[in-house]
Amino acid sequence: MATASAAPVVVKNPNVGRAYGAFAAGWLVPGAGYLFEKRWVRGLLVFASVAVLFVCGLAMGGKVYSPNAGDILDILGFLGDLGAAGLYLLSRIAGWGQLPVQITVADYGTKFIVVAGLLNFIAAVDAHDIALGKKR
Amino acid sequence: MMVSHFTAVLIFSVCVSVVFGITQRSEARAMLKYGLYCFSLFVVGTIAASWVMALIKR
Repeated sequence: MATASAAPVVVKNPNVGRAYGAFAAGWLVPGAGYLFEKRWVRGLLVFASVAVLFVCGLAMGGKVYSPNAGDILDILGFLGDLGAAGLYLLSRIAGWGQLPVQITVADYGTKFIVVAGLLNFIAAVDAHDIALGKKR
Repeated sequence: MMVSHFTAVLIFSVCVSVVFGITQRSEARAMLKYGLYCFSLFVVGTIAASWVMALIKR
C-alpha cells in the first residue's frame, strides 16, 4: 500500500510468487504476511488487533455471516467476515456466532467481526506490497 | 460479554488504529503518530456525535 510518509522502495526484480505467498499467508492467518517478510513486531501487532476484534465480536454475541445470495448487506457482511479467512473458518467449524442478534451490543459485535476481516484484508495487501518492494 | 458502548468504542479504536498505523505509514515513529491520531479521532468523533444526537433528541 502506498504511504504518505516515505518514498516507495524500488526493487528491480521483485519476487511476485513470494508477494502472493505473503498475501495468502496474511489472509489465512492475521499478521502472517508480515512474518513472511520478517517484520515480527508488525505481524504480532496485526495478529493481536485482528484477533482481539474478532474474539470480542464473538464474545459480544456478534453474528458470523454464512455464504448467501440474499440481502446485499448480508452478502457484504459475508465478504467482510471472509477477510480473516482462518478465524472465519474456525468460527464456522466450531459453530460460533450463529445465534440471532437480539441486543445492541451483539450488533456491535457483528460489526467488530466484519471490521476484523476488512482490517486483515488491508494488512494482507500491505504485506504483499512490502514483498514487492513498494513499501518498507 | 456485556460491555458499555464507550468500552466498545475504545476496543474498536485501539485495534483499528494499530492496523491503520502499521499499514498506512512506513517508519515506526510515523506509525505511532498516525495510530495515535486515528485513535483520538475515533474517540473524540464518537463523543462529539453522541452529543449531537443527545441535543437532537431534546
